[in-house]
Amino acid sequence: MASSDETRLLVSPSHCSSYAAAAGTAFGDPRPSCSHGAPLTSPHSFHMMSKTACISPQVSDCDTQTKKENIRSLTMCGHVGFESLPDQLVDRSIQQGFCFNILCVGETGIGKSTLINTLFNTSFEEHESSHFCPNVRLKAQTYELQESNVRLKLTVVYTVGFGDQINKEESYQPIVDYIDGQFDAYLQEELKIKRSLFSYHDSRIHVCLYFIAPTGHSLRTLDLLTMKSLDSKVNIIPLIAKADTISKTELQKFKVKLMSELVCNGVQIYQFPTDDETTAKINASMNGHLPFAVVGSMDEIKVGNKMVRARQYPWGIVQVENENHCDFVKLREMLICTNMEDLREQTHARHYELYRRCKLEEMGFNDMSPENKPIRIFSLQETYEAKRHEFYGERQRKEEEMKQMFVQRVKEKEAILKEAERELQAKFEHLKRAHQEERMRLEEKRRILEEETVAFAKKKATSEIFQSQSFMASSATVRKEKDRKKEPGYRLELLCFDVRACETNDGRYDADASREGYNTRGQHE
Amino acid sequence: MDRRDYVPCHMDTLRQSPSPCSSRPSSPRTPPFEMFGPVGIEAVLDQLKIKAMKTGFEFNIMVVGQSGLGKSTMVNTLFKSKVWKSAMPSLEVPTPQTLELHSVSHVIEEKGLKLKLTVTDTPGFGDQINNDKCWDPVLGYINQQYEQYLQEELLITRQRHIPDTRVHCCVYFVPPTGHWLWAGSPPHSDTAAPPPPPALSCPDSLRPLDIEFLRRLCRTVNVVPVIARADSLTIEEREAFRSRIQQNLKTHCIEVYPQKCFDEDINDSILNGKIREQIPFAVVGADQEHLVNGRCVLGRKTKWGIIEVENIAHCEFLLLRDLLIRSHLQDLKDITHNVHYENYRVIRLNESHQLPRGPGWVNLAPASPVQLTSPGCLKVRRRAQKDSKDDEC
Repeated sequence: MASSDETRLLVSPSHCSSYAAAAGTAFGDPRPSCSHGAPLTSPHSFHMMSKTACISPQVSDCDTQTKKENIRSLTMCGHVGFESLPDQLVDRSIQQGFCFNILCVGETGIGKSTLINTLFNTSFEEHESSHFCPNVRLKAQTYELQESNVRLKLTVVYTVGFGDQINKEESYQPIVDYIDGQFDAYLQEELKIKRSLFSYHDSRIHVCLYFIAPTGHSLRTLDLLTMKSLDSKVNIIPLIAKADTISKTELQKFKVKLMSELVCNGVQIYQFPTDDETTAKINASMNGHLPFAVVGSMDEIKVGNKMVRARQYPWGIVQVENENHCDFVKLREMLICTNMEDLREQTHARHYELYRRCKLEEMGFNDMSPENKPIRIFSLQETYEAKRHEFYGERQRKEEEMKQMFVQRVKEKEAILKEAERELQAKFEHLKRAHQEERMRLEEKRRILEEETVAFAKKKATSEIFQSQSFMASSATVRKEKDRKKEPGYRLELLCFDVRACETNDGRYDADASREGYNTRGQHE
Repeated sequence: MDRRDYVPCHMDTLRQSPSPCSSRPSSPRTPPFEMFGPVGIEAVLDQLKIKAMKTGFEFNIMVVGQSGLGKSTMVNTLFKSKVWKSAMPSLEVPTPQTLELHSVSHVIEEKGLKLKLTVTDTPGFGDQINNDKCWDPVLGYINQQYEQYLQEELLITRQRHIPDTRVHCCVYFVPPTGHWLWAGSPPHSDTAAPPPPPALSCPDSLRPLDIEFLRRLCRTVNVVPVIARADSLTIEEREAFRSRIQQNLKTHCIEVYPQKCFDEDINDSILNGKIREQIPFAVVGADQEHLVNGRCVLGRKTKWGIIEVENIAHCEFLLLRDLLIRSHLQDLKDITHNVHYENYRVIRLNESHQLPRGPGWVNLAPASPVQLTSPGCLKVRRRAQKDSKDDEC
């Protein structure tokens, strides 16, 4: 039975009430439940509870309290059937799938990829990275794993080149930036007006496995600095890598030293939660084993009569899954089997909220006083409005700019075209003038020619008259001169003198010449 | 929880999915791998369950309908307890002149699981002479819950678990008028009635008040209509009435829960299809027990027999209960959170200067008249997409 003092819900059931306001609730002590997958009981098999236990506000143990708070805790008189609720929740989660993001920080060659392979029992293909990277960068890969009906989207992010540089001052900054970047992406999605959070691929880092080199002495400065800068942003689980290089006693001392150094320097590593009864004990004991000393290997060696994952040395075989040899099984148990959900929740509820708070405060929002409650939403809206105005202004400005540019270009083009036009005009004028001159010259020549033709015609006329006169005068001597007439050159002599003066105009000349008879024709063929 | 006793039943291939966000560094696709044995990922389901048991569940339900339809009795029957102090209106209290809303919250526990149940009743709905705009207070209440949640969500320093008072489900009680308007009396045989000739278009079984209310409500909250007091209808009448209502709903484009557009895959479609065939359920509420054949059953005793509430042959109360509690509770909450609440949020953040203000709001300078995005054109749930516009009062 739920007792009424567990809920602090304020409700006024009076008839004149308006909308009921609901305040925060606390659900009291958790009770571990072993029931899941409750079968749908047949409706006729409900169990009877005593009806008198139906608490009415007037008759209850905490009479004053219920009267004040007016909440009713109900006892049900039958089986309602909502114990299937966790199953509904689980079904939905199965449908949606899970996602888990691991960040592995450690220097090159310390065994990060091998450990991840061993943890998830697969061989994610990884190329060995070189030692000569100029700066640290992060490499992320996403895999989809499926075990029975659970789909897990696993993203593993490795630091490439961590600890390889000579100057390691900037080593941890890319890591911090990456983590912040993922938070920021989520925040942006959350702040959008139209968002789709349920289908958003959550890329925030849920756990950071920090690989500490097995020196056996103490924490290195780089490690300390990196962990210090990461501890408020991500859940850190420190690991001692390549633990098969340390002996048992050294390991114990090393662990103690590491933890004390971490505590001294105020580094907050992830503590396995001890508030739930089912897992409290085991988590508490595991907390004492941190940092886990791990060995990773994908090779299978025959030990006894079965194949186990192990590393084979001349002096013996280090079995990965042997609890005496290393803490690998503890890590797997804690990371995956027991606390995966808690890691995700911590990331969302603590680290992400912290980031969000800082980021929003940076952007200038605050919700200090409760009277300002409505202001909050307006603050965000103001930002949206402001952004919108800004965008509009920007757009206007750009439009203006483009217009100006356009006008400018048009003007230039116009000028060019005008110039061309003028040139053409000039050319045209020039040509026209040339043409005119040419024409005049030709006119001149024609005139001259005409004059000469006229002169020639006159001369021809006079010569004809002269000829006919001389012909009649010398008709007696015609026979004598027949022979001489036949000679073409005789007549021509007379005409050649005049003809040569009109050599220029063939056409007219021919016309005149044809009047002369065959003589001239013969000459000018 | 011993993980070592795993039987490796599935060694499924490993598929690599392309990195969805281009801003994150990612490497190109590599060929799929195989897992060589169990890892223990399944244990996350148990972790989820433990977490759920610890935080508990919340469920907010609203019942709407005219007085006298048996709403309070129905709620009592659903949760097998006296949610309301008395189902009968007491004599001192006059029937309310306007529509008011009462909310009552309870914590009920079953097998270690705690459920915080909030029931909101609407006495006075549809009881006035002029019922114009009677949906306004209801819609206002629903929107106010969204608003509360939104404000909590927008806080800089948020609570770890924002208390959820949003109405997850609204059960709408349709009075059993059983109107049957084509010529002739309803058939008495068991064979299914022939459908009315298509030329005779189906007059409404739902009254105008119902239609108006449902139209507005369906866009804001999940609505499950039920035929109240179904013991006043015979089985044939009930079937006919039900199919008429279904046709009416289709004609007026009212999408009740489970909405078709949110069916994710084929299994969902089949399951929800079956439910859709039977919406609205014909229910009878009773909170008294009687002896029938040696068993104690919840039922209504009349002179002509005892109507057993939990007998599927008598009424469909069990279907309603299973839908609301046993199978679709989480789905109701999901749709409220992912769809209705998001729609509200979009509109709220876009058109804030047009919405009615509550007490203490600050008057902002009005935004530019041009709206960047057209609000309400988003109702996205994973793959399914549908456009609709939220109608704010």
